[in-house]
Amino acid sequence: MSKRLEKKHTLAVRWLHWINFPLLAMMIWSGLLIYWANAIYGIWLGPYEVFHFFPAAFFEFLGVPFRLAEGMQIHFFFMWLFAANGLVYLIYLVASGEWRSIVPVPSSFRRAAVVALNDAHLSKKKPPQGKYNDAQRIAYTSVIMMGAGSIITGLAIYKPLQLAWLTSVLGGYEWARWMHFWLTILFVAFFAVHIIQVVIAGWGNFQSMITGRTIVETTEQTEK
Amino acid sequence: MSKDKKILVEKVREFERRTGRNVDAWPEDPQNTASILNERRTLSESLTDEEARSRMSGHSRRGFLVAGLSAMAGIVGWKSLSDEAKAALYNRWFGLNERVSQALYRPSRLAPEFDRSQISPTRVNGAIGMEQDLDFSSWRLAVGGLADRTDDLMLTLDDVRRLPRVEMTTEMKCIEGWSVIVNWAGARFSDFVATYPPMRIAEELPPYVSIATPDAGYFVGWDTPSIMHPQTLLAYEMNGEPLKAEHGAPLRIASTTKYGIKLIKRIGRIEFTAERPRDYWAESGYDWYSGH
Repeated sequence: MSKRLEKKHTLAVRWLHWINFPLLAMMIWSGLLIYWANAIYGIWLGPYEVFHFFPAAFFEFLGVPFRLAEGMQIHFFFMWLFAANGLVYLIYLVASGEWRSIVPVPSSFRRAAVVALNDAHLSKKKPPQGKYNDAQRIAYTSVIMMGAGSIITGLAIYKPLQLAWLTSVLGGYEWARWMHFWLTILFVAFFAVHIIQVVIAGWGNFQSMITGRTIVETTEQTEK
Repeated sequence: MSKDKKILVEKVREFERRTGRNVDAWPEDPQNTASILNERRTLSESLTDEEARSRMSGHSRRGFLVAGLSAMAGIVGWKSLSDEAKAALYNRWFGLNERVSQALYRPSRLAPEFDRSQISPTRVNGAIGMEQDLDFSSWRLAVGGLADRTDDLMLTLDDVRRLPRVEMTTEMKCIEGWSVIVNWAGARFSDFVATYPPMRIAEELPPYVSIATPDAGYFVGWDTPSIMHPQTLLAYEMNGEPLKAEHGAPLRIASTTKYGIKLIKRIGRIEFTAERPRDYWAESGYDWYSGH
């Protein structure tokens, strides 16, 4: 029984991941400043609004009210950096072949369900996996698509005349804004689950996102 | 594994041995996505517990040092910017976004028009520059910056009504985030320009138009390409009725090219100008261009 260091996350992935964190945070924060000016969305059960985005106390607590201009300043500055970082990441995934560790295949959904059962301590089975399990593959691919979705819906409400065709494809200005909002809520939900999973996975896993490496137990011979 | 593939894999392994890298495929398994997609992994040579731990702590020290310093540099750098410096940066960035928008702007692109049955309930937002009652009988539209004259031309509403009447049912977007579908009738600003030609600057139209309420309490700046767009009107009717006072009687701007903050109500004066005009909301930190 011996150990090996596995190069888990490449340098590019680590930098792009950590740069994305403050950029996305600024986009969400400035988005909240903008959203406050017309905070109309909620979760409805028939005629009842179960939850309103957001309660006045929430806005007050964060000091959000009357900062629309500032929100737009921040949003339309950081959008370039957020989009550029995302684009570099996408190009890197394709060019380096790293996409192979992130993309799911049709049978991933079945295995992801088993992973979820395992996470919930309802099953002892653990499907075989590479760097990421199939639930992670689906989650990470989804969050990349959400990023692309945020940029596309954002463009549709930023330039609804010059990009009128795009706004129309998304069902019009109001629907594009609705989607842009819900994608942001999904980002926040992803973040919450991501943090919980990282805490559960433990220090070694977190460390690997900084060092790029992880210690692997191996029974194999070094040279095959 | 086919024979060709086997040879290829051996060649790769040989190359990796020579270059000191150790790239491995995941064991072949139809139940493992990593194997299905041919994901690779890079392993170090076999290590003892101690070696592994000491190497890892070396990587860890370096990694956390770089990460910590980078995060600190970012935070300290950002915090060291004063609010004024940030505002200046953002403002300059609005200018950059404006240049990108203008470079990609095409006057032939039109916003969708809606059926009159889709008109929204009206919504009134803002009465800046309209606090006083207006005497409509004495109202005139002052126009400055015209060709061949230095003083303002004074027009009546009938002068504007004589221009070709255009109707459009379009979505008006407020910078706050809401939108309403409104039916407008009025004269295309481009027709107005054709009838009352502005001065020329190097054979071209002046690059800007400044518009203000009669008391100059509200004022907006427009870039000429946006105001010459076919969906920018000098509107005198809204939803089939003459403009109401709260919607900007007797004459206002209606357009699909900008947010509502630019669609000034109760126009008192229009001026063609070479200078970038002042803009009420831009002076509070909003985007001067605010173009769609």
